[in-house]
Amino acid sequence: MTDRYTQFVNSQIGERLADMVGLPKPAQLRRHSPGDPLLPGPVLLGGEGRLHDVVNKALVAADAEVHTELADAEQTPRYAALVFDATGLTSSADLIALHEFFHTTIRRLGASARVVVLGTVPALTADARERAAQRSLEGFVRSLAKELRAGGTANLVEVAPGAEAGVGAPLRFLLSGRSAYVDGQRITVGAPTDHPPVAPADPDAPHAGKVVVVTGAARGIGAAIARTFARDGATVVCVDLPSAGDALSAVANEVGGTALQADITAEDAGQRIIDHVRQRHGQLDVMVHNAGITRDKTMAGMDDARWNLVIDVNLQAIEQVNDALLASDALGTAPRIVCVSSMSGIAGNRGQTNYAASKAGVIGHVEALAPTLAERGGTINAVAPGFIETKMTDAMPVATREVGRRVNSLSQGGQPVDVAETIGFFAGSDATWVNGTTLRVCGQNMLGA
Amino acid sequence: MPDAMIVGGNRIPFARSNTAYARASNQDMLTAALDGLVARFGLAGQRLGEVAGGAVLKHSRDFNLVRESVLGSALSPTTPAFDVQKACDTSLEATIAVANKIRLGQIESGIGCGVDTTSDAPIAVNEDLRRTLMEANRAKGPMDYVKLLGSLRPDQIVPEIPRNAEARTGMAMGEHQAITTAEWGISREAQDELALKSHHNLAAAYERGFFDDLMTPYLGLTRDNNLRADSTAEKLATLKPVFGDPETGTMTAANSTPLTDGAAAVLLGTADWATANDLPVLAKLVDAESAAVDYVHGHEGLLMAPAYAVPRMLARNGLTLQDFDLYEIHEAFAATVLCTLAAWDDKAFCTEKLGLDDTLGTIDMGKLNVAGSSLATGHPFAATGARIVATTAKLLAERDDWAKGGRALISVCAAGGNGLVAIVEKA
Repeated sequence: MTDRYTQFVNSQIGERLADMVGLPKPAQLRRHSPGDPLLPGPVLLGGEGRLHDVVNKALVAADAEVHTELADAEQTPRYAALVFDATGLTSSADLIALHEFFHTTIRRLGASARVVVLGTVPALTADARERAAQRSLEGFVRSLAKELRAGGTANLVEVAPGAEAGVGAPLRFLLSGRSAYVDGQRITVGAPTDHPPVAPADPDAPHAGKVVVVTGAARGIGAAIARTFARDGATVVCVDLPSAGDALSAVANEVGGTALQADITAEDAGQRIIDHVRQRHGQLDVMVHNAGITRDKTMAGMDDARWNLVIDVNLQAIEQVNDALLASDALGTAPRIVCVSSMSGIAGNRGQTNYAASKAGVIGHVEALAPTLAERGGTINAVAPGFIETKMTDAMPVATREVGRRVNSLSQGGQPVDVAETIGFFAGSDATWVNGTTLRVCGQNMLGA
Repeated sequence: MPDAMIVGGNRIPFARSNTAYARASNQDMLTAALDGLVARFGLAGQRLGEVAGGAVLKHSRDFNLVRESVLGSALSPTTPAFDVQKACDTSLEATIAVANKIRLGQIESGIGCGVDTTSDAPIAVNEDLRRTLMEANRAKGPMDYVKLLGSLRPDQIVPEIPRNAEARTGMAMGEHQAITTAEWGISREAQDELALKSHHNLAAAYERGFFDDLMTPYLGLTRDNNLRADSTAEKLATLKPVFGDPETGTMTAANSTPLTDGAAAVLLGTADWATANDLPVLAKLVDAESAAVDYVHGHEGLLMAPAYAVPRMLARNGLTLQDFDLYEIHEAFAATVLCTLAAWDDKAFCTEKLGLDDTLGTIDMGKLNVAGSSLATGHPFAATGARIVATTAKLLAERDDWAKGGRALISVCAAGGNGLVAIVEKA
């Protein structure tokens, strides 16, 4: 899990050497620790539109130092973030506002800076010109993300008209260290529902009192998800195969949760989860479908066992468990379901027809179930991790691993906690209008982007 | 008086001696079993009333084995613990001790547990050498040392290795059982049949996921590695006797338990404690009875003590031998189980030795060790009782349609002529 190259170029000698021969310089990313402020420095808020005031208030409420005018370079040499409300851009001519704002300010960003552009969901705009202008934002942000250095990220938040109150969740997530490896992406805040977003009372315990079930929790990303939810105040039920029970119990004991040894592909898996949660914790607030497997082979060489196992674990089990959960009364009043998809499900990958099919299916699954969850005041979303440093990637051949790590805008692999933090964002009580979406946690990987 | 409820159990898979756990210590294994139990029931950081347990083969440094294991586990370090040692009855006796404390209102919750390793057994210095060394410890001057040095002999280098033999007879347990087996005329076929059933029952229990919430894998082992799911009567029939007469003996490696490493634990508490902690209750430990036999002077077989304990316990509870839905009789040897059952159905034994008016009768063999027992799982001495209690409690909790309301008889024989039996009822 150690990226020695990143460690090296962040040493004094390594940095000079990398400069001399023009090697990529992956930065140490700013990641969240309890007690951290939202941002390590001031944020400059620009643009004009329907979100400006809401955002200003949200930032002030989060104890951020908000500037609405560019400060003198001597007084404030570096900004931690730039937030631009682009909802007022209704034609291509208006796009010059992006240039006006970012042309000078982009040089003023510090390390692990954040750029957040706020727009309107293009499909929900008033006319063709506004739609084109709003659609432009995505190309702009994706390009800007590739230009940022020193661990900086740029992301787009598209907000449906009337859903202004929903901007807080993605805004806080993207500005914080929790989104370290989310770069060049788009988060959509959909149409408002009867269930308004509720900002967490304690930003360090956004999941206080929640009961979270995590599948595949014995190791890797699943273990990080369990730890992250526990850190943020939740009670965690750790689920994994009986054969992984020893690692599972270590995780469960570490996070003060419970271990449930179960095969999620078993017919009664949903019922076993429901029974466990009912007996031990009353109800289920957040279901995280993290368990997944690979059985790689090119199509011609793949037997049907490899195909079936991957589809069964990665997709059918999720559908089956979710069906059981939705049919039961075990879900809390604002349920959250988060599935783990994959970059392979978006970009495709040689030798992974089975895996990519299952992971793309997950994206379809969350899109399909979103209205059902919305009716119950809940959401269902997916994360699509890119190259994440785990024992699995440690076992890759060196060359493959090095390429995998570097072909993204941050020139490094992500950490399991980066995926976990993103899942935590979807599970938040303030993210109630972010529903049916899939968010990549890939450092803006070039694959499928 | 509150009932002592069985909440659940956990064990690590049992491993034949010098296999998967060859390098694990008793403390390693017991800590793993406790941690799995803690994880299953979300007890990390909690203080329990008591943890009682022990090991049979024990290093002298492990005098506080259970407390040290608790300290190494995820339980609160303020959880007290004590060691018990009663041969193969160790963890059943420990579990009864915890249950009794619960019933007396002294504690609300506790764990009964046991562990044993024959792969990491204590080896002591030769008794002669030990005496010489103790003398050296008491020596006052250089001359004393010289004298002691002169008394050293090469044969003192030979270490003391623990043997599976009775201290008073020097005979292996299997040799003792072989005498009893012959006395009761237990056939080779009957023993093999019981062994086969144990393996098949255990395999079936694994297949239906019965152990998913009773076991936590350890050191790469996910099932008892003594289990031979595909064993057949024909295969067993080819084995040569290992105890008794080499020609006419009936006890083989397959119908005797192998030396085994492993650990098991049972969580108990009052019903109120379970409710307050959102924990399930599977069953309650109703009663227990201890017995011992005089095997030294040949009046009774070494492993026959449970045959005496059961009728006393039945009488106290106003029950007959047939008033049970399940029978869990520890399979030290297949013949032990069969001799015990034969004795209960023998007029002379029941009237003369037990002092009853009539026989206790027979049991429905379909209710015996239905999820397998020691012949299949293996038998880490001190872990077996806790394994049986947890398995029994879960079996009882699984069904609602028991003819006798869900009642099980547990019987575990032990070295030294000891025996311990208990009644467990569905919660």
